[in-house]
Amino acid sequence: MELSGWLTALVFAPLAGALIILFFTRADAHVRFVAGATVLVDLVLSIIVFVLYDLERGGTQLIDRTDSWIPFADLTGTGESQVQYFLGVDGLSAPLVLLTGLIGMAAVFASWKVTHRIREYFIWLLVLQTAVMGVFTALDFLLFFLFWEIELMPMYFLIAIWGTGRKEYSAMKFLIFTFLGSAFMLVGILALFFSTGTFDMTELPRAIRDNDLIVPAWVIFTLLFVAFAVKLPVWPFHTWLPDAHTDAPTAVSVMLAGVLLKMGGYGMIRVSGHMFPEVIVDAAWVLASLGVVNVLYGAIVTLRQTDLKRLIAFSSISHMGYVLIGISSVAGVAGAVSSTGLTGASMQMFTHGTITALLFLLVGLVYEKAHTRYIPDLGGLAARMPVLASVFLLAGLASLGLPGTSGFVSEILVFLGTFEVWGWATALAAFGIVITAAYILWAVQRTLFGPARERFESITDATALEMLPVAVLVVAVIGVGVYPSVVSDVFAKGIEPITQFIQTEGGLTLANIR
Amino acid sequence: MSSHDLYLLSPELSLVGLAALLLLLDLVVARKGVLLVLAVFGLAVPLALSISLWFDLGASGASDNTGILADTLAVDRFALFFKFLFLGVAAAVILVSSDYARRFERFRIEFYALVLFSVTGMMLLASSVELITLYISLELTALPVAALAAFNRDSRSSEAGLKFLILSGISSAVLLYGMVLVYGFTGSTMLDDIAARIGQIGLDEGQPFGSYALLLGIVLMVAGFGFKITAVPFQMWAPDVYEGSPTPITAFLSVASKAAGFAVVLRVFYVAFPMDIVSVEWSAIFAVLAALTMTVGNFVAIAQSNIKRMLAYSTIAHAGYLMVGLAAAAARAPEDQGALGPSGILFYLGGYAVMNMAAFAAVIAISDRIKSDRIDDYAGMSKRAPYLAGALAFAMVSLTGVPPTVGFMVKIYLFGAAVNHDLAWLAVFGVVNSVVSAYYYLRVIRVMYLSPAPTEERLTSGLALRLAILVTTAGVLFFGLYPTPLLELARTAAEVLVTVS
Repeated sequence: MELSGWLTALVFAPLAGALIILFFTRADAHVRFVAGATVLVDLVLSIIVFVLYDLERGGTQLIDRTDSWIPFADLTGTGESQVQYFLGVDGLSAPLVLLTGLIGMAAVFASWKVTHRIREYFIWLLVLQTAVMGVFTALDFLLFFLFWEIELMPMYFLIAIWGTGRKEYSAMKFLIFTFLGSAFMLVGILALFFSTGTFDMTELPRAIRDNDLIVPAWVIFTLLFVAFAVKLPVWPFHTWLPDAHTDAPTAVSVMLAGVLLKMGGYGMIRVSGHMFPEVIVDAAWVLASLGVVNVLYGAIVTLRQTDLKRLIAFSSISHMGYVLIGISSVAGVAGAVSSTGLTGASMQMFTHGTITALLFLLVGLVYEKAHTRYIPDLGGLAARMPVLASVFLLAGLASLGLPGTSGFVSEILVFLGTFEVWGWATALAAFGIVITAAYILWAVQRTLFGPARERFESITDATALEMLPVAVLVVAVIGVGVYPSVVSDVFAKGIEPITQFIQTEGGLTLANIR
Repeated sequence: MSSHDLYLLSPELSLVGLAALLLLLDLVVARKGVLLVLAVFGLAVPLALSISLWFDLGASGASDNTGILADTLAVDRFALFFKFLFLGVAAAVILVSSDYARRFERFRIEFYALVLFSVTGMMLLASSVELITLYISLELTALPVAALAAFNRDSRSSEAGLKFLILSGISSAVLLYGMVLVYGFTGSTMLDDIAARIGQIGLDEGQPFGSYALLLGIVLMVAGFGFKITAVPFQMWAPDVYEGSPTPITAFLSVASKAAGFAVVLRVFYVAFPMDIVSVEWSAIFAVLAALTMTVGNFVAIAQSNIKRMLAYSTIAHAGYLMVGLAAAAARAPEDQGALGPSGILFYLGGYAVMNMAAFAAVIAISDRIKSDRIDDYAGMSKRAPYLAGALAFAMVSLTGVPPTVGFMVKIYLFGAAVNHDLAWLAVFGVVNSVVSAYYYLRVIRVMYLSPAPTEERLTSGLALRLAILVTTAGVLFFGLYPTPLLELARTAAEVLVTVS
């Protein structure tokens, strides 16, 4: 029994806010106030957690752990193989917790103008945040899965009720895809438990190595990987994403792109990478290939999008490809696995989270004011909304990886880490940046610049309240761009033990040079 | 028969007494509401006696297998677990029918009494360790239900009652034929004797189950029991009967009858045909039936527009999940994990009882007011009855198997048993089926929360019904977060089977 309390507070603060809204608020203003206060508190908590994480010491910290929760099955005869309530952060999860705090705050403040069924709306948004925080901090595999599943219902409702267009279809598609992925994950988790007798994610890598698995390792790996691949999303499991993004309300797109996709990448590193070193080393070429497909396919499809939101959605697929490519560097060179690639992949998750959330926020604002997201109908907005336009331009440039923005840092790390391992994949993926530049500049030019249009004459720039979440994310994008080691050192600390484990256990040999 | 035997039989005796008392008082008491209260609180007596028996078993340190009536009935933890379950379901059924039963006018109390008689049969069934006693208990369970199914006295309800009676009769005949063959082969009707005789006779390795007579007997018994637990291909009766019966009886059938069916299947197969004796593993039969049953149930449920029919098929699907536990039978288990399969079934039955009662309670509350069982007529229910809609939605989420609900917990445990018994393929089958089921369960939620309400009129419901909904929904949440008490209970109860065999 260990209890530091910070993480429990962090995870359940949004849920507490949701319950307060459910039981104690009537007026719309009160609902907004409680929701806003909750996410601010949670943002502060996530910053505290990030700061409290002791980089010198490393490892898992701020542990909240009870001895037993559900006596699932006593396999070892010691009574210890129980499902535990076990939260903790390490270098890999601490920045993602911070990211969730940031994005959650942005999402709530981006929803300030929601009036339709406002109480339910904020309740679901806050429950969603609890689920995501839980996924990033849970270190008991069953608890992890529980949070992973809890995220389904809020997302379904948020898209289906407050979305636009074919919202019910998109919500159902999202739900079925994710649920199917997690269904496979459940079987994988159970197979691991019955092989090793533990759900403890910090012990599982060693326990898997030391025990005979009742199902072949590559089967379990695949079961788990599919769940993460749906979430990331990896081609060909990506088709839910454009629909969900296009039809979701702004704040939900922000959450989806900002943090939900990262659950997939997080799972790939923490579970697929750390727990199955041999399998992932063998499968690394598949990851690299899929990554290249993701990057190029995503980018090419993005080129021909005319809906701003859909454009950013497809660009997310492309950008998540870099995460895959970064992870594929675990194959190593000459028996040595450098942590650069995985750190780059993690950084890509963080920076893509902030940049894309920012882009979705801006698109939401543009849509709110111009009442269209159809790019050919837009144009000349820069004259009417200079501040918004310049932030939009900044976000676009960050998205294509301009030095000085955070996008550059993560992509360069991915390329550096992977080039020696998979030169061809890196080269192909780097070409994705050219396409990215094309669609970003094209979109920015056609939306913001060009001749001012008459019907946009009455449009005004963003208000201070609207700028609040935007400003926070801009700070994150520039800050990490200028001084990346704030985040990347933490990631590196979390990645290091994983790459070391892969290096010793991954069946790598000195001859293993590609 | 000693006084100790009477004590061992006291839960059943007091339950019969309660039913008889209700029938008598019905003649003199004008305010039927009082009798309703009596019925619910009266159930505390058999429950208290059962609890007392449970602790006596532990305290005396005696064998868990305490036989009565020439050892035809056993009072052990396994039986007592089911007695708790049946009594709980009986209380819930009586509570949820408080509004509904008004339409039966002067037969209202008979309705409750018949439910209690049927529950008595189920309790005896859970205790039966002898084939003839088992058969008689089964009939005692089924006959009142046939009457109850026809209680609405319209054409659909009559059809339901008649259909149940006839098909139940046929399945009993099939079952009886199977029992006769087993008796002919072994010369005994006692379950443990059957196992011993099979062991003595020795089996021909060349024949399935060592003997064609035994094979036929077992297959016929599976068919007979398959009817009770709505296993495909013996599920045909269920949708019609469920749709036509009064809704509280539908709930009773889908929860209590099913639990009784599984109780007796577990008992018979674990005690009479332990797999270390019967050379062919009967668990393989159940693995195939499980896969078939959940698939048919789920896919047909998608097409339903009537909520009772939809829940009927959902019940069939859940029977499929439950049979995964039968497939994960003891003999294939690694050392000392034999109880995983049966304890998974008991755990699942407990959780299923809570969540399905919650669903039915909400359906009764809503359908009784809007006079329709069509799912489309539930449109906008989140506005018209926010609490009922919330409870029903939560029950649907639980039936899908999404946390934080009991449905999630019981499912992972049961599928865990399958994974542990080299049945990972069946677990994959199960989880994929859960995804399919999400589609139709969510449709109910979608209609209630996304479709506009035809009228703004608010729904009201009685106190007893609201209490039932509150308790069951709270149970779904509580066991979804902390399933340990239920799980420990199920595990203790299931150990009886594994140590016996």
